[in-house]
Amino acid sequence: MLYVVIIYLWTSILLYLLLGGADFGAGIIELFTSKANKIQTRKTLYEAIGPIWEANHMWLIIAIVILFVGFPVIYSTMSVYLHIPLTIMLLGIIARGTAFTFRHYDAVKDDMQDLYNPIFAYSSFVTPFFLGIIAGSAVSGHIDLKADNFLDAYIFSWLHWFSVSVGLFTVAICGFLAAVFLIGETDNEHDRLRFIRKAKAFNIAAVICGSLVFVSSLIEDIPLIDWVFGNIVGIIAITAATLSLAVLWYLMYKGKANILRILAGFQVTMILLTTTYRHYPNIVILKNGGYLSLIEHSGHEKTIEALAMALLIGSIFILPALFYLIYSFQKKKVDYATD
Amino acid sequence: MDNFLAARSQMALSLGFHIIFSCIGMVMPFFMAVAHYYYLKTDKIVYKNVTKAWSKGVAIFFATGAVSGTVLSFELGLLWPKFMEHAGPIFGMPFSLEGTAFFIEAIALGFFLYGWDRFNKWFHWFTGVIVGVSGLASGILVVAANAWMNSPAGFDFVDGQYINVDPIKAMFNKAWFSQSLHMSLAAFAATGFAVAGVHALMIIRRQNVYFHTKSFTIAAVFGCVAAVLQPLSGDISAKDVAKRQPAKLAAMEAHFFTEKSAGLVIGGIPDPKNKKVDYGIKIPGLLSFMAHGDFSSEVTGLDKFPEKNQPPVPVTHYAFQIMVGLGMAMMAVSFLYFFALWKKKTWLQSDWLLKLFVAATPLGFLAVEAGWTVTEVGRQPWIIYNVMRTADAVTPMPGIGYSFYMFTLMYFSLAAIVIFMLYRQIKMVPKLYDLPEGAQK
Repeated sequence: MLYVVIIYLWTSILLYLLLGGADFGAGIIELFTSKANKIQTRKTLYEAIGPIWEANHMWLIIAIVILFVGFPVIYSTMSVYLHIPLTIMLLGIIARGTAFTFRHYDAVKDDMQDLYNPIFAYSSFVTPFFLGIIAGSAVSGHIDLKADNFLDAYIFSWLHWFSVSVGLFTVAICGFLAAVFLIGETDNEHDRLRFIRKAKAFNIAAVICGSLVFVSSLIEDIPLIDWVFGNIVGIIAITAATLSLAVLWYLMYKGKANILRILAGFQVTMILLTTTYRHYPNIVILKNGGYLSLIEHSGHEKTIEALAMALLIGSIFILPALFYLIYSFQKKKVDYATD
Repeated sequence: MDNFLAARSQMALSLGFHIIFSCIGMVMPFFMAVAHYYYLKTDKIVYKNVTKAWSKGVAIFFATGAVSGTVLSFELGLLWPKFMEHAGPIFGMPFSLEGTAFFIEAIALGFFLYGWDRFNKWFHWFTGVIVGVSGLASGILVVAANAWMNSPAGFDFVDGQYINVDPIKAMFNKAWFSQSLHMSLAAFAATGFAVAGVHALMIIRRQNVYFHTKSFTIAAVFGCVAAVLQPLSGDISAKDVAKRQPAKLAAMEAHFFTEKSAGLVIGGIPDPKNKKVDYGIKIPGLLSFMAHGDFSSEVTGLDKFPEKNQPPVPVTHYAFQIMVGLGMAMMAVSFLYFFALWKKKTWLQSDWLLKLFVAATPLGFLAVEAGWTVTEVGRQPWIIYNVMRTADAVTPMPGIGYSFYMFTLMYFSLAAIVIFMLYRQIKMVPKLYDLPEGAQK
């Protein structure tokens, strides 16, 4: 049953990265869109994520609940040492979610939009940036349970080159996912080309940030190269991702939206797989070389059983409904005005 | 700011805001579904308009409720890591089920808000009902988790170790039913009165009277039924608290000394130093009756607990008095309304009754806040009753004061924007939803 829970945890993180990530990415794209195209971009992204954006963010809740129910020591350790980035991410989540809703449900469309729009766009950047920082910090070996001063315990646990570059990498990935997704969401050629250019730009940004992650791992003495290339799974996954990326670039102008989406999703899945596979089941790596493991630090047996059952039963209800929701709204695009 | 106080304040603030957003997000879908049902049955366009107008409110409150709920799931760890480390695996069951319920709610809301004219009309209606039902379910589950803190169950606490964990037993702890029932009714009463009050105001101002009258009636009936039922659940809760948390009951009643046929104190200023209540009205024997159903029974006073285990009396007592007082006021308005519906139809058109509803707009939410103050402050100094002290659960990270100021700013700006947006929604009613008299079916 423990493995059921772990699979659900990994899958919710993956789905949050893919669906929530595309969602964040839409805001990031808006941030990097010229003034002239902003209105059109907003319209497209609203049509694309309006009906499903609430559901996209549920994956984070699922992951958090799994962590605190199933792996409480990991949850509480991260909560203590990564308090500051978690708090900033939370402020980002609040700002983003509410700004998104407010700008669409405000009955009067006036200057208030100038307040909602930048809040939405900037928090779309900040939130995944700190999400990346948190993920990077967890495995970076900077969390020091013996630290006796504020800076070492609560600042340097997360503020270092590695985590910052993981943060930037996460942002670039979100932008890439969203841009690829949006290519298929517009029927006019001008916008399609625009999103293709965005997808390329974010792809290049992701490659650059990805290299930064490797460079910073060398600076910080994190065995990332070994994690990724030191095992057959990592090598296969990275090769597959790279090959699929070439296919994606080739197909970008061919207008096969769904294939592009699957390829982009596949690449991100492979990246998550390689970066988590090697140090699994260790999810938090500590300064003293110790670690917090999903196997050794799992909760009581009965809790894990109950949690696994809850997750299995929950999916019976959730997954078909979610698929039907996405299917219905992909089938026929929504009118901008919901009325 | 003292770290411990800051952590408690931030938690109180977050819960205080979340409870309002989530109550409305949980209850309004039911109003919406009723209006929608009338529309599908009668084909009157006004009901479609009411449904649509309300659905925008639901969307706004669902989003704010969802994000503030996400914040809470993190804050449990950010502020109380020691608590979550031990409690998480024990009381996590309702949270995992709540995740499911909430997920279904989010999906159903997607169908409902964007599904006009796209699906079979009854399927579309049904998704709206699911929004309400799953929202209510997640509310009940979260309150069940809170109830566990008041009535810990499903584990043995031996030498500082939490063993023999049984998450199902923990979920169905002794307090889950009374607390969930009380909270669900409170949510319906508070939201019903708040929504009815807003529409009543618009009727008094003679704006879009037809639209607002239909809206008012649905909200008022929901709110009034809940307000009338609430004292029954209050009685269940009182008896329950007397049994499980006598210290809380004693603080609620400022009952300093254990005695037989204890009197019920109404109002008054508790003086914990001299262990007496000034200026209160005391009804002999009534507290004994309310706590144990027997006028002569003994009610445990605060004297039975060492000073360090006593909750703060004045805050708990005032909050309890406020909750009960507001509940009574709402019940009185409800009886008047039902009487009007039954015997005096003319009252329904009269301004004085509507004005009463306008005055009652915030009462339910004030009562909800006061009620949660009783629950939470009355449990102190324990975070898990009789097992773990709140002070031992707080995060070791210093400087929570800054975090508290930041969240305070955040929540207050959020509240300001939401109120501003609701004001604009209402202002736009004539433009979006009103039709000339002749066009009304």
